[in-house]
Amino acid sequence: MAQMTMIQAITDAMRTELKNDENVLVYGEDVGQNGGVFRATEGLQDEFGEERVFDTPLAESGIGGLTLGLAVTGFRPVMEIQFFGFVFETMDEVVGQIARLRYRTGGKYGAPVTIRTPYGGGVKTPELHADSLEGIIAQSPGISVVIPSTPYDAKGLLISAIRSNDPVFYLEHMKLYRSFREEVPEEEYTVEIGKADVKREGKDVTLIAYGAMVHTCLKAADQLAEEGYEAEVIDLRTVSPIDMDTIVESVKKTNRAVMVQEAQRQAGVGSNVMADLNERAILHLEAPVLRVAAPDTVFPFAAAEDVWLPNENDVIEKAKAVLNF
Amino acid sequence: MATKTIEQVESHFEMFQILNENGEVVNKDAMPDLSDEQLQEIMHRMVYTRIWDQRAISLNRQGRLGFYAPVAGQEASMIGSHYALEKEDWILPGYRDVPQVVWHGLPLYQAFLYSRGHFHGGQIPEGVNILPPQIIIGAQIVQAAGVALGLKRRHKDNVAITYTGDGGASQGDFYEGMNFAGAYEAPAIFVVQNNQFAISVPVEEQSAAKTIAQKAVAAGIHGVQVDGMDILAMYSVTETARKNALNGEPTLIESVCYRYGPHTMAGDDPTRYRTEELDNEWEKKDPLIRFRKFLEDKDLWNEEKENEVVDQAKADIKEAIKQADDTPKQKASDLIEIMYEKLPQNLQEQLEEYREKESK
Repeated sequence: MAQMTMIQAITDAMRTELKNDENVLVYGEDVGQNGGVFRATEGLQDEFGEERVFDTPLAESGIGGLTLGLAVTGFRPVMEIQFFGFVFETMDEVVGQIARLRYRTGGKYGAPVTIRTPYGGGVKTPELHADSLEGIIAQSPGISVVIPSTPYDAKGLLISAIRSNDPVFYLEHMKLYRSFREEVPEEEYTVEIGKADVKREGKDVTLIAYGAMVHTCLKAADQLAEEGYEAEVIDLRTVSPIDMDTIVESVKKTNRAVMVQEAQRQAGVGSNVMADLNERAILHLEAPVLRVAAPDTVFPFAAAEDVWLPNENDVIEKAKAVLNF
Repeated sequence: MATKTIEQVESHFEMFQILNENGEVVNKDAMPDLSDEQLQEIMHRMVYTRIWDQRAISLNRQGRLGFYAPVAGQEASMIGSHYALEKEDWILPGYRDVPQVVWHGLPLYQAFLYSRGHFHGGQIPEGVNILPPQIIIGAQIVQAAGVALGLKRRHKDNVAITYTGDGGASQGDFYEGMNFAGAYEAPAIFVVQNNQFAISVPVEEQSAAKTIAQKAVAAGIHGVQVDGMDILAMYSVTETARKNALNGEPTLIESVCYRYGPHTMAGDDPTRYRTEELDNEWEKKDPLIRFRKFLEDKDLWNEEKENEVVDQAKADIKEAIKQADDTPKQKASDLIEIMYEKLPQNLQEQLEEYREKESK
């Protein structure tokens, strides 16, 4: 075991799979000698050579097309989009092409593709670097969307993503890259895609979150505990498909739920969770499912991030509203 | 000063031709090394494809085919470039480029199923290195750079060839694909079939560039403009492009051609944007007429041979349509099943729901 930050765990996962499978290729803008702008690919080019870990020209659609082409010639591409906001440049290749490849070839060609990209607020980036755009990808059939919240999950989920014979969009919350360390096994292991994780058990209310909001919910749960409420915290880990079984099981126990997301109210994946709870668990609910989300504006300029992003007080407020309904 | 620079570039892109409109060899030194049998085979494919195009149009009108983009006028461009390829080369077609993928090995009945929107049309047989026709203009161009890099990394002596139209050359992906292939010295060939109109918009409105071929200059790859109604010229430039590609030098081929028919069979009316005079002018350049003349002068073709091909094409089409008709209809559950290798929770539930519905 080693103490790792999330970014170290991500690098470790790529190193593990580069070693395991010669068809794994890692590439993107500044990914080669520079090791990526966040150093996620630090040292990988030196270790595995320029044919396996390499820079691309600066063109995201080109990178997406490169990925599809490499996939059909038998490679297992791990492409990086430097920041999630740049995904618009390659939306066609990602959701129009890669995600549809298996379907449009009648199952003949899968796309064993992993698309990694940093996202998430709280680190004061320029425009279109921090937006939570996961909802846009999550509503696209044919591609899974994975968002780890801990170093342990980051490694296990990334290894699962790279081994998947279908495309996985893997989102890395920038604020979590180096915010804390935890024990991460040095050997290989996987975390199953499509499985949520109960981060904290509780009997009074279920807080459902993903990405950095998992930690916000855990803090909120600590405070709620001081006031005598036991909150259960679920980390979705995969936001498409959503593990409704785990959520419904929790709600059957707590009878109350709050959906928490960093994305705008109209975006993200909260609406899906709430609609599904309506279909699957309404008779178990003692109160409407409420949500904590950012307002429906453009992601704010850096100086306004703190007043825009949801925080633990917002979670506590909504939790109390359902608890006291 | 700037204008002069552009003129200097453009002056290098003269149209390459071997056979003129009358079937006369005007560029003897460039004659490709093709046997009599190969020359006959090329003619066979052009005649066959013309008949198939006519049948496809009429089958579409009868409601027996779906989406179809007519190819008449572009046979030399399509078949000439394809004939220069090897079996293991990869083709990334645009939606009109069905002849190339069929001559590369996609069974005709599957091409018909693709037209009807049946998923079996996209189930490409093992060993046929093609992707299904691309609908998004330019998406296949960036993918071709990826396939080419994959072939290079696997040390294959094969190339990736991709096709688009004159409108496609305005897309950002067009430049990105050429630029990636150039930067990675990947074995790619980019064919632009400049058939003069992107649906209705004339090529002159697409760009200030006088040729599409010159756009290769910006990406640092070879560029050539060729008479796309001349099959020997098309074959010759593609053969050269293939050799260069295997040396890590991609090529952009601009094939100057014309589509006689509408953009697709879905209601396009070319009389809204083309004159009869223009149609007539291009029909004089017809690829079949000039190549037939060339072969007849060499005693390699005659009416009897032509009729044999026509009969064979008609029989094959009839058989292919029958095979398409006999293919089981698709069910919603089939389509759910081909989404992923392992179905996730949501689709597993939906699969059960649809199977239940279908069993009633």
